[in-house]
Amino acid sequence: MRSVFPVLTVLAVIVGLWWAAVAPMNIRPALDIAERSGVAVVPEGSVTRRDVSVWRLMLDNRESIAIGYQLDRPRLPTPSQVGEEFWKTTGEMVAKGRAFSKRSLLYHSWITLRSTFWGFLLGTTFGILGAVAIVYSRVTDMSLMPWAIVSQTIPIVALAPMIIVLSNQVGIDGRGVPKAIISAYLCYFPVLVSMVKGLRSPTASELDLLKTYNASGGQSFWKLRLPASVPYLFAALKVGVAAALVGTIVGELPTGAISGLGARILIGDQFGTPLAIWSALFAAAILAGILVTLIDLIQRAVLPRMGFRT
Amino acid sequence: MSWFIASLVFWICAWLLNIRLASSKASDTLAVRIIVPLLFGISILVLWEGLVRGFEVSQVILPAPSQIGATFAGSLETLWVDFQQTVLKGALRGFAIGAAAAFFTAILIDRSSFLTRGLLPIGNFVAALPIVGIAPILVNWFGFDWQSKAAVVVVMVFFPILVNTVQGLREADTMQRDLMRTYAAGYTQTLLKLRLPAAMPFIFNGLKIATTLALIGAIVAEYFGSPIRGMGFRISTGVGSLSIDLVWAEIAVAALAGSAFYGIVAFIEKRVTFWHPSQRG
Repeated sequence: MRSVFPVLTVLAVIVGLWWAAVAPMNIRPALDIAERSGVAVVPEGSVTRRDVSVWRLMLDNRESIAIGYQLDRPRLPTPSQVGEEFWKTTGEMVAKGRAFSKRSLLYHSWITLRSTFWGFLLGTTFGILGAVAIVYSRVTDMSLMPWAIVSQTIPIVALAPMIIVLSNQVGIDGRGVPKAIISAYLCYFPVLVSMVKGLRSPTASELDLLKTYNASGGQSFWKLRLPASVPYLFAALKVGVAAALVGTIVGELPTGAISGLGARILIGDQFGTPLAIWSALFAAAILAGILVTLIDLIQRAVLPRMGFRT
Repeated sequence: MSWFIASLVFWICAWLLNIRLASSKASDTLAVRIIVPLLFGISILVLWEGLVRGFEVSQVILPAPSQIGATFAGSLETLWVDFQQTVLKGALRGFAIGAAAAFFTAILIDRSSFLTRGLLPIGNFVAALPIVGIAPILVNWFGFDWQSKAAVVVVMVFFPILVNTVQGLREADTMQRDLMRTYAAGYTQTLLKLRLPAAMPFIFNGLKIATTLALIGAIVAEYFGSPIRGMGFRISTGVGSLSIDLVWAEIAVAALAGSAFYGIVAFIEKRVTFWHPSQRG
């Protein structure tokens, strides 16, 4: 709680800087509009203005700066413009009872969330199974672990279009499956690494104790190794869910998808509507925040009951 | 079909050999540590080749590794031009600018505990965001050439490095700082001789995360507009024109570049943080 005030201050400074940056970023289109509506602009003509620095333009045309804060297609929208657009595509749609219409960000967030969920589930399952195989079999450890590390240095975005082409050819319709595969690819690695650490975290004396109880291999897995790895699992899940969301959005970006937050960004780019891009970005940020917080809450509920100190 | 069965047999033999190697007495030697994963990788490639040949998979769906290799060797010039554009110009310059900016920002905000407490949660949050989404905005601001790609990379690598550096700078404990005080060391001396070296494992952790992000950022940004060269450009147009073997060759370049980039950073880390328990093995 001690850090609430500093965080709010820093946030206020960031919004302030953003607000101030709108003026130089938007001065050129603002002056073009002012000139067209008959206001005297120094120097005249947008071609001659191209060689003048934005600071000089702002100094010479002080009364036209304000126009830059109300553009329809700004290079940099103001925080309030983004907030308005965000409200228009979420809260207002809900109020009208059209929360899941195709223009609503809630609908697109839901599409993205669904793929993220499947990717997260797939990635986590693979991560945990891989970790168990690596901990229990030396040959898997030696042959798989180096490739798991290499797999993360391969930029997945290069593979993303291929995964979509492949799954189309194999006969999978829609983009849900390839998107889930991409997000699983980004999500499994943190889970794998943490679970290997977690499953190996019981000390030799704890393992010896179970031996003196005559516990079988299965029993020592279910009663010692797995419970001991749960704190590691939760730490990895937080990283993994964020990575899964990044994966889904990356999967939507280069592929001509039409629904999902990544697709909103893509469409906003193609149609030249920056406000749509910005509000989709904010929706993605909020979604990431909600997902990480959710896992944090589950962790806080589960770990104390298992006897871990938090 | 016989192709597929032969490759499957090869894969099983390789796996059995790996089991023998891993349980033999020499399993801790460096040679075995390299041979086992290498053999596994080769057997996967053979399996892929057998799968494509055995079932006569169309080249448009999945080309065989041998064919990708042939394309790779045949279009070295194109690949080199793309590599220069995306990796050397976009990713590396953005990485250098972003890492330097994050490093100096971290040292600056570290002087004020107020700023640290304010920025650290925000930095942590932003590091988890899908920042690649800003690529179209930055391409719009900085134009189609490498500058916009470098800008995307700067934003993507900034926060992971910032957060890790700030955390690393807190790593030196009170005892060690007190010792520096008894030596009458000033702020700069304490920073250079104690706190920065102590922070190095964290900084390198951030740098290693950033190497992958840098390549992702540079490639994604090219999907939103680029001059007629670059890996992202070649991949997106290659998928459109069904020259899938060239796309796979680009993917191979991306994989090699990513692994080499990571390997270089890991190598430097080993040299710089030789004293850290994780490096002493």
